Amino acid sequence: MSIKTNIILCGVGGQGTILASKLIAKAAMSRGIPVKTAETIGMAQRGGSVFSHVRVGEDIASPLMARGTADLIIAFEPAEAVRQLAFLKPGGRVVVSARPVVPVSAMTGGPAYDYEGVMSYLRKQVGEGLVVVDADQAAADLGSAKCLNVVLLGAAARSGALGLTEADLLDAIHERLPEKLWALNERALAYVG
Amino acid sequence: MHTEFLMGNEAIALGALAAGVNVVSGYPGTPSTEVLETVARRKTDDVYVEWSINEKAAMEVAAGAAYSGARAMVTMKQVGLNVASDPLMSLEYIGVKGGLVVMVADDPGPISSQTEQDTRTFAQFSKLPIFDPSSVQEAYEMVQEAFELSERLGTPVFFRATTRVDHGYESTLVKDTSEWLRNCPEGFVKDPGRWVIFPRLSVVNHAKIESRNAELSDEFSDYQRNFVVPEAGDCRAADGRRVGVATHGINYAYVRENLDEANHVRLMRVATPFPFPERKAVEFLESLDEVLCVEELDPVIERALISVCGKYHLDVRIRGKLTGDIAPSGENSVESVGAAMAAFMGEDAPEAPAPTDAPTLPVRPPVLCAGCPHRASFYAVKCAMKGRKTIYCGDIGCYTLGNAAPLDMVDTCLCMGAGINIAQGVFHVEPDTACFAFVGDSTFFASGITGTINAFYNQANMTLVVLDNSTTAMTGHQPHPGTGRTMMGQVVEKVSIEAILRAIGLTCVETVDPLDHKLAVETVRRVADEPGVKAIIFKSPCVVLAKPQARSVVDPDKCVGCQRCVKQLGCPGLVPRDGKVVIDDSLCTGCTLCEQVCPFGAISGGERL
Repeated sequence: MSIKTNIILCGVGGQGTILASKLIAKAAMSRGIPVKTAETIGMAQRGGSVFSHVRVGEDIASPLMARGTADLIIAFEPAEAVRQLAFLKPGGRVVVSARPVVPVSAMTGGPAYDYEGVMSYLRKQVGEGLVVVDADQAAADLGSAKCLNVVLLGAAARSGALGLTEADLLDAIHERLPEKLWALNERALAYVG
Repeated sequence: MHTEFLMGNEAIALGALAAGVNVVSGYPGTPSTEVLETVARRKTDDVYVEWSINEKAAMEVAAGAAYSGARAMVTMKQVGLNVASDPLMSLEYIGVKGGLVVMVADDPGPISSQTEQDTRTFAQFSKLPIFDPSSVQEAYEMVQEAFELSERLGTPVFFRATTRVDHGYESTLVKDTSEWLRNCPEGFVKDPGRWVIFPRLSVVNHAKIESRNAELSDEFSDYQRNFVVPEAGDCRAADGRRVGVATHGINYAYVRENLDEANHVRLMRVATPFPFPERKAVEFLESLDEVLCVEELDPVIERALISVCGKYHLDVRIRGKLTGDIAPSGENSVESVGAAMAAFMGEDAPEAPAPTDAPTLPVRPPVLCAGCPHRASFYAVKCAMKGRKTIYCGDIGCYTLGNAAPLDMVDTCLCMGAGINIAQGVFHVEPDTACFAFVGDSTFFASGITGTINAFYNQANMTLVVLDNSTTAMTGHQPHPGTGRTMMGQVVEKVSIEAILRAIGLTCVETVDPLDHKLAVETVRRVADEPGVKAIIFKSPCVVLAKPQARSVVDPDKCVGCQRCVKQLGCPGLVPRDGKVVIDDSLCTGCTLCEQVCPFGAISGGERL
């Protein structure tokens, strides 16, 4: 049976969404499954909204998916999860970091960041499929804020919607990252709060 | 052969290397930059690669190499092609000996550009053949075919991809290094009748180009990548019309996503929009009533099909951008193409998602990084010129982001290097305005020097502010003449911006660290009042490269929550919390600018580089 999985990763430029999408792609390719991705590269990487589309499976034509077809959204930031929510298919899963990144615009005259509104909207729209990751607690427990991407990937794998296991991702981490970062990222991958 | 997970631009680079490319030159620009960077990373020792100072220089380097029998590639983004157009338009008349591929990345949307220009249209204008791939794998294979055609016909050829191919990633089947072609250039052979452009030669070569392109249209009709997919099942529209879809590039993928494999319309995919594969198009149009052209940027295929219908007296209605069936601007998507195809077929549009009570989201445009020296430079000029009548002409680079609140220090931005002479133009109309032009170091080398000479020679009164962070930051930190490094890894003599300005004749040129706020403000005040063209060089390294380790902290006992730091600087590292301000130490670089701005001395701990 051929697996087809549509995944969106989203967040703020600089948070590590691109590395996370590369790890997913590597893990899938190691299992012999083709992957297509589309990334935000360029100006938006300077603290703007960024997203990656990752499409895993045979016979996929476009690197970008249509709205309402994502099996999974991995959001590094709650407001960015809401921004991409139109891509989620009914019953799809959202793994989201609870830690807001307040943009400069919200402090200098732009629309305010309604954190409670964002979180309650996610809970209402996604329901059972929502997995909230306490990024601040994870950073404190792991001793580093730099592995949020792998913490989120671990949560996504355990949700079942990623179509890949923690073991698949661990192999990708070993292939992709320098050995000195393995121990930290292994703990991040297994982190359950 | 082996499989790699490649970005489109990486695949284009590996394709060029597999085709035996000898020389690659270019100027960085999103979404083209990774092509040349990948060549540099993956090449064998005998391949020469350079970041040129601009696209015109890059084009001329590639032309010289191709005159000498080398296979050459030049890379740029679509607006860079405008800079390179002078040599390219003439080069078409002269031709080349070794294959020359002009790799241009187009940017529908635009996502990171000033314009939505279409290199397919430029190909028609310049009479050069053009290749337009639909996927990463195809880009890899097609660039090798582009080299072969270029060399066989002795003409430069365009290879253009759009953002979603350039920056898409795919599992891609590529050749091993041992399978790459080896091209040994013969060297330049003198022949004034061939290499020296004169009107007499141009008129002869113009005629040859036109007849070659007519023949090439015929050849391209048999090119396997210009293909027609026959209809499957009942291909008619709801009202019985016999219909087809013509498309190109990434839009072919979007069309495919919307096709039912068992029951779909006839499809034409155009891989070489110029010279247009006319005979293949006639075959496609045979017995159709209507065709929808699904394109991004210009309606190139649409106009070509209208022309074919006229020429061959075909009674087929061609629809697309010109008829309002496809959006005239912006990027297409799987669903926008699906909606256009459904409307064209006379089917109900896919159901729009029900409106929801989504919360208002904060807007998140790109911003200057925490600790970015450009913030300090803009803020120093803003403080120094407070209350004066000013214009701040910006330019292309990270520092364009100085336009955002609260800095609001970019009044104009047009194209690379333009700010200098726009400031000059404003001065000639409003001599009482203090005219400033901000230009980055790489942009200064690319196209700021001639503009400065023009302003100096023509007696302007203006202040040139060079924002020198010693790199080409926006596109990912490429070296340039001021960095003392080349893409071949050599350490070379640095070109001094201050020495260039003094050589032009400027007598007032001051170099200052923008993060020394008091000194920076004093310098701007003093320099701006000097007569004529004068310059300030704000020199401080890009924090993304320098990675400063210091961090500032706010003393909560001293912070009164006035938020002056936040409202003056707009630094993403400064976060209001519980009536005071805290510093996000994952972003802070300890630049000290906020420490110097805080009226209560509540922030400390940073360290200037």
